[in-house]
Amino acid sequence: MRITVHVWRQAGPQEPGKMVAYDLDNVNEHMSFLEMLDFLNESLIAKGEEPIAFDSDCREGICGMCSLVIDGIPHGPEKETTVCQLHMRHFHDGQEIFIEPWRAKSFPVLKDLIIDRSSLDRIQQAGGFISVNTGSAPDANNIPIGKEQADRAMDAAACIGCGACVAACKNASAMLFVGAKVSHLALLPQGQVEKKRRAIAMVEAMDAEGFGNCTNQYECEAACPKGISVEFIAKMNREYLGAQLSGRSS
Amino acid sequence: MNSVNKTLDSKVPGGPIEKQWELYREKMKLVAPSNRRKYKILVVGSGLAGASAASTLAELGYEVECFCFQDSPRRAHSIAAQGGINAAKNYQNDGDSIWRLFYDTVKGGDYRSREANVHRLSEISLQIIDQATAMGVPFAREYGGTLANRSFGGAQVSRTFYARGQTGQQLLLGCYAGLNRQIASGQVKMHNRTEMLDLVVVDGLARGIITRDLVTGEIQRHAGHAVVLATGGYVNVFFLSTNAMGSNVTASWRAHKRGAFFANPCFTQIHPTCIPQSGEFQSKLTLMSESLRNDGRVWVPIKPGDTRPPNEIPEQERDYYLERIYPSFGNLVPRDVASRAAKRVCDEGRGVGPLVGGERRGVYLDFKDAIQRHGKKVIEDRYGNLFEMYERITGESPYEVPMRIYPAPHYSMGGLWVDYGLMSNLEGLHVIGEANFSDHGANRLGASALMQGLADGYFILPNTIGNYLASKKPENISTDHPEFEKVENEVRAYIEKLLSINGDRSVDSFHMELGRILWNKCGMSRNKEGLLEALQEIPKLRKEFWENVRVLGEGETLNQSLEKAGRVADFLEFAELMCRDALEREESCGGHFREEYQTEEGEALRRDDVFSYVAAWEFTGVGVEPILHKENLTFENVALAVRSYK
Repeated sequence: MRITVHVWRQAGPQEPGKMVAYDLDNVNEHMSFLEMLDFLNESLIAKGEEPIAFDSDCREGICGMCSLVIDGIPHGPEKETTVCQLHMRHFHDGQEIFIEPWRAKSFPVLKDLIIDRSSLDRIQQAGGFISVNTGSAPDANNIPIGKEQADRAMDAAACIGCGACVAACKNASAMLFVGAKVSHLALLPQGQVEKKRRAIAMVEAMDAEGFGNCTNQYECEAACPKGISVEFIAKMNREYLGAQLSGRSS
Repeated sequence: MNSVNKTLDSKVPGGPIEKQWELYREKMKLVAPSNRRKYKILVVGSGLAGASAASTLAELGYEVECFCFQDSPRRAHSIAAQGGINAAKNYQNDGDSIWRLFYDTVKGGDYRSREANVHRLSEISLQIIDQATAMGVPFAREYGGTLANRSFGGAQVSRTFYARGQTGQQLLLGCYAGLNRQIASGQVKMHNRTEMLDLVVVDGLARGIITRDLVTGEIQRHAGHAVVLATGGYVNVFFLSTNAMGSNVTASWRAHKRGAFFANPCFTQIHPTCIPQSGEFQSKLTLMSESLRNDGRVWVPIKPGDTRPPNEIPEQERDYYLERIYPSFGNLVPRDVASRAAKRVCDEGRGVGPLVGGERRGVYLDFKDAIQRHGKKVIEDRYGNLFEMYERITGESPYEVPMRIYPAPHYSMGGLWVDYGLMSNLEGLHVIGEANFSDHGANRLGASALMQGLADGYFILPNTIGNYLASKKPENISTDHPEFEKVENEVRAYIEKLLSINGDRSVDSFHMELGRILWNKCGMSRNKEGLLEALQEIPKLRKEFWENVRVLGEGETLNQSLEKAGRVADFLEFAELMCRDALEREESCGGHFREEYQTEEGEALRRDDVFSYVAAWEFTGVGVEPILHKENLTFENVALAVRSYK
């Protein structure tokens, strides 16, 4: 099929960017969206134009590296699908497609479609862990965890840290991301000891990075490629409030 | 190069095998807690091995710097492991033990691994599960709250722990959390989007690395008292593999060129259950967890060229070939056996699926019986996420039509040679995880890669590196040493060369061509004639690359073509070594199947009398024949036997 893609091109962090249109022939419906971009890049290289820079690594929907907004939707139109697993069969001949990077103050553009998401790392560094040194763990079966509880923790832990939730939110809020991590650890007995300090530290780090607040639009959940539930935002708020009320952050 | 130690001493401690690791630790030298901060350790890679090592070394008090080329350490390719992690916990009371895991792994590796390492791995497997659980890894549980297990890839006991189909992700996030804690405390300095481009050797010791900042293009020097490579495997040399787009051999290869021996490069694992290629444009192949073989039945039509839709082919016209040939293991035979069997039936013209390049390369993995037996709900609980993934990629629902699968390059058993302390022959250079040749011999069993990465990073290296450092004074090391300048200049010249060629062909086009040569001639089966051809074709392609590659853009910016070009340039050198190793090993074992060496029934024919050794290659120059060093393997605990799964 034949398509036209409009792609955000930006030479560097401080350079102005703009949308550039490319016509592309012979797109195969079995191609993934990123393979379509590979294909486009090969044609650009042949013409002596610099290829479009975009992030991807595992290309199987788990590493969280790929990060494209397609026609205004982070990861594109398919539900619970990262852009690397989106296939061209969901587009039609003659379609015009608009491709942009994640847009958020806390995710500055580095080049074309590549953004800097180190703010998410820094939130995790603030408290997204259980402080247990290697070698000091008790036998794994010493602390029973009910199946429902473990499954619930796993639902939260499934977050791939791509940042689509931020890109989807009109406030550029990272609360689904932070909520997932806070909840994952707060749902497990191993995470109890530090749960107050963790909730406060991670929320404060999130605010310090310049992410916005949640106004309950649920755009994040709709865009999340792993279907992380907004219930975890409520869970995080509860953890945060509890920690504040008990008056101890560390 | 004079200072490289050329004798291959594995340094396995004496004594009975079940006591060796204990004895090692009793006798090893220690670095006093107050002295540890005087040693700096550079850890390259942040997957399971790298992140667990970096955080554990930092906990011990060493100064650590860690490097990854991804935008966050959490994205290292360990994250994509689906099925699970083995441990000899025997929670299921089904007869498992450390000994049995050891035995299975040595046998599964087709007797080409080092017994002492494998036994240690089995011992440590228990602690890994404890550690990961304490870090908050949400392993699957039974209703009573205890950990759940499943049997996996050729094991007759249930020893595999799992977190849905995302075990690698959850284990890596556990390591990443530990690493974050150390980054926050300042004990680890993390360098994201930073790629190691060379190793610096000073007076025979690995003393540092040269990196490129992938955002700014800046070339940087880093000095340390030891260098740890945790840089993963090299099967992206095939172009199409299940590895991530960025997975590469560069760090290992550059270390090899600086004197580290490369062991068993021809041992690559071709995973049997991947989604078949759908066209020439494809950039990677996707693995479907091996756990699917627990309930799926593998078959092809009995008649060659039978293109009826699968559901119209009656039972009596189907060949459930794994169940037929291997009645006792059936669909659960190990990976190398399952892969070769799939290739064989496709070679016979019985492959299924669309024509790609004039051939049908696929076999069915059918869940109809399992759905009838257990109900759709149970199957959905077990494999729902995998079925969805399959449907997203192929547009077909495995609840209604059988999946189509075909083998794909997945893992490298070969890697840099290391001794029992995980140090290469190049003093100070340690290699962990998939990057070393270590524990899997000629074939890796399912759910063993995560185990090995974490054993190396959490429990083995933090001990053995102390033993090494204790013998060295924590002297001041500086990147001002002339050797750093020399290597940095070489790296700069190399980058300038790549950017200045400005030929006609893209980097990918070379990579694809290299991949085709290797897949056809050094893939699932190999023969002398093909390997000799490949050894002609690869240098020719490499020559063309250096004359005709087109790398646009500049060195001082984010430049993905340049990143790829460097990696492919290294693959073009490495591929030759892989073929040489495959040519030299005149036997069939594990993932290495030489057509000349097979039984009458077409099974692998191992030649223990001549080839019970690790082939460790010494670099002597690009395109120049390397020197072979051998580490002889002895099997005192597991008797050498023909690996039969019939």
